[in-house]
Amino acid sequence: MDAEPEDGQRLATEARDRVRFEEDALALSDQVYRVARHLASSREDADELMQETYARAFRSWRSFTPGTNMRAWLLRILTNLNIDRGRRQQRAPQMQPLEANDYFLYDKLAENGDGISDEEQVVERLSQDDIVTALSAVPHDFRDVLVLVDLGDFSYADAAQILDIPVGTVMSRLHRGRRILKRELAESALEEAT
Amino acid sequence: MKDPCAHCEEMMQPYLDHVLTDEEMAEAEAHLAECVDCRRRYRFEESLRIYVRKAANEPMPVELKQKLAALRIPLE
Repeated sequence: MDAEPEDGQRLATEARDRVRFEEDALALSDQVYRVARHLASSREDADELMQETYARAFRSWRSFTPGTNMRAWLLRILTNLNIDRGRRQQRAPQMQPLEANDYFLYDKLAENGDGISDEEQVVERLSQDDIVTALSAVPHDFRDVLVLVDLGDFSYADAAQILDIPVGTVMSRLHRGRRILKRELAESALEEAT
Repeated sequence: MKDPCAHCEEMMQPYLDHVLTDEEMAEAEAHLAECVDCRRRYRFEESLRIYVRKAANEPMPVELKQKLAALRIPLE
């Protein structure tokens, strides 16, 4: 008999915790989208992925540990869904040649820059479209890390946890991903120059 | 002896990610202080990261935000 009011209280507490969880998760949605947009290959994919992620998060809210990084938790769901959706069929990244050094893009842009020497102006020779297109051309394994660290501001350790890979792998994929991005950007800069 | 500019290049990504040791950081900065080319390239890399981040920042569509809010589980 005594159990009933206790049950009621427990349910009320649970409902309150759940509503709070949902509000916190929704408050992070802009930040999650910033990353999701480029983990996915298109706006439409990002849209679907966000909805699947939030639907799953709302269903499994109990598995979130309060006080831990909710943005990382949401992105872990999102990256797992992205993998499940079989979006990883791209050209094999190992087959792509990379330029010998990290300065390739700078050299190419500066070369075509009509004497422009200010680094920020050199960068601005690239358009927003160039960047979005180049990002989407980076193969998934590398892009996941690149987007989490460079756009999502996650640490190497957080990215490793989200993707369930060792920190060393995060570092090597990040390094390679940035190079691939620069090569893609250099290609579009060269196309525009000709 | 290794080419100092090649060594500086190897340190560029970890330098900008703030993961170099104090000793490595001092080494990179000593070279950057005296090498205009490397300094320029570091600055370019830094500007590129900022620019990519700005260019890639697409705001979430309002409709999507509404769809996400509608996914909340109603209270019984």
